[in-house]
Amino acid sequence: MKKLINAPEAVVTDALAGVAAAHPGLAVDIENKVITRAAGPTRGKVGLVSGGGSGHEPLHVGFVGFGMLDAACPGEVFTSPVPDQMLAATRAVNGGAGVLHIVKNYTGDVLNFEMAADLASDDGIEVTQVVVNDDVAVQDSLYTAGRRGVGATVFVEKIAGALAERAASLADVAAAAREVNERSRSFGVALTSCTVPAAGKPTFELGDSEIELGIGIHGEPGRSRGEMAPAADIAAAAMDAIHADLPLSGDLLVMVNGMGGTPLIELYLLFNEVNKYVQGKGARIARNLVGNYITSLEMQGFSVTVCQLTDALAELWDAPVDTPALRWGR
Amino acid sequence: MDAAFFRAWLAEAAAVVESQRDHLTQLDAAIGDADHGINLARGFGAVTAALEQASTPSPGSVLTLAGSTLISKVGGAAGPLYGMAFRQAGKSLGSKPRADLHDLADALEAALAGVQKLGAAREGEKTMVDALAPAVSALGKAIAEGAPAGAALAALADAAAAGAQATISMQALKGRASYLGPRSVGHEDPGAASTALILRALRDVGARGEAT
Repeated sequence: MKKLINAPEAVVTDALAGVAAAHPGLAVDIENKVITRAAGPTRGKVGLVSGGGSGHEPLHVGFVGFGMLDAACPGEVFTSPVPDQMLAATRAVNGGAGVLHIVKNYTGDVLNFEMAADLASDDGIEVTQVVVNDDVAVQDSLYTAGRRGVGATVFVEKIAGALAERAASLADVAAAAREVNERSRSFGVALTSCTVPAAGKPTFELGDSEIELGIGIHGEPGRSRGEMAPAADIAAAAMDAIHADLPLSGDLLVMVNGMGGTPLIELYLLFNEVNKYVQGKGARIARNLVGNYITSLEMQGFSVTVCQLTDALAELWDAPVDTPALRWGR
Repeated sequence: MDAAFFRAWLAEAAAVVESQRDHLTQLDAAIGDADHGINLARGFGAVTAALEQASTPSPGSVLTLAGSTLISKVGGAAGPLYGMAFRQAGKSLGSKPRADLHDLADALEAALAGVQKLGAAREGEKTMVDALAPAVSALGKAIAEGAPAGAALAALADAAAAGAQATISMQALKGRASYLGPRSVGHEDPGAASTALILRALRDVGARGEAT
């Protein structure tokens, strides 16, 4: 294992120390692993809290700031944070209008956030939980823990965050978050595995000519293994899975996301393939993100996330945002 | 069995989890995300530290503190599930200074109920329930047959180990392994494996003659 770290057990805290040094707009409690806006809670504004395992950077810490999250709680690498962190974050961002928990649908994240919401309600803080579950690779929720929450989390955090800045109610912010989730679908493909620092070796092995289709974001194997193919074919396989689940039409917000070890030149090449695919279905990419937004350590691969926009959602997407990883309009 | 017995159980569990850390992580790498051994070792290490610092006069207080510590330190699904198990067991034992075999059986029954309520898992879904449920049944049966403590705890541990082995042929229907569908077959469930280790630690502590 070659990694730019000091010690496997200190990866998360050492990185948070770097975040604190780089971003004075954030208040970073390194020991308790809670990141909030340095300005503190905004009176009368719904607080947005998200969190999850580390290793997906910039998600979630990189999305704390104006127009997006009020707080993030990173867990150990690929391990959900604990209720204590989420409760501390919830208390810190409560401006009296309630707190929204944005939770990716993984068993551990859901269980820990549920416990935290229980504890927060003992404090008299109103908490609503929105679970993101956009991964079409999980086909049968009857026989699984349900669809995973992946790329749509970025869209949910941005759009719900924009609405919250306008002093919308907790119910309205939660409804917008759910609407984004319901209108979004994702599919991921890995060319390589990744190595959890404390584990020291790759989570799974892929041969030189093999790819893993339908991956999540934790280096877990996908639903099936395929042969390496031209990018056009791989992009089409991902888009076919999305289109079969949510037929593409109208204006779309599309993210072509790198898993951490994919060069931008390949992501742009993929974006071109995705764009052609979308045009072929008579739809239009009205907004886009191309880059690394929800990663899986150093994994080579990508995910594509599609959201069917409405005028209202597009307007919220365009609203000003000022975070370490997304910044425009301000 | 007094508070010292239960502290000895958790110390033994911490030791066995630490020694099997990489094995549990490898089981998780096959069908999950390669962190189970790492997280449990970290959690039981924290339990050991917490028990050294706090006063735990009763078996119930030992298990309750262990559960709270696991919830606070582990994360993932294992933190809440094991935390709930130990907290429910502790609550079942209450503040009595000693627990007998019947109390222990009731406590483990409460632990199982807590895990099933939180995780919504049933037997046969390739989870820790597949080790815990048969273990609880085996302990109850051994007690009903009048087995001495050592034999009853051996029956408990054997059933948990057999239950964990039986998960190899199961397809996961809960947790992260469920995303693999049929590809989850052929691998032992890491949560069932760690449950079997923790109950083996209980047997081993009992075999030292402290389970009276």
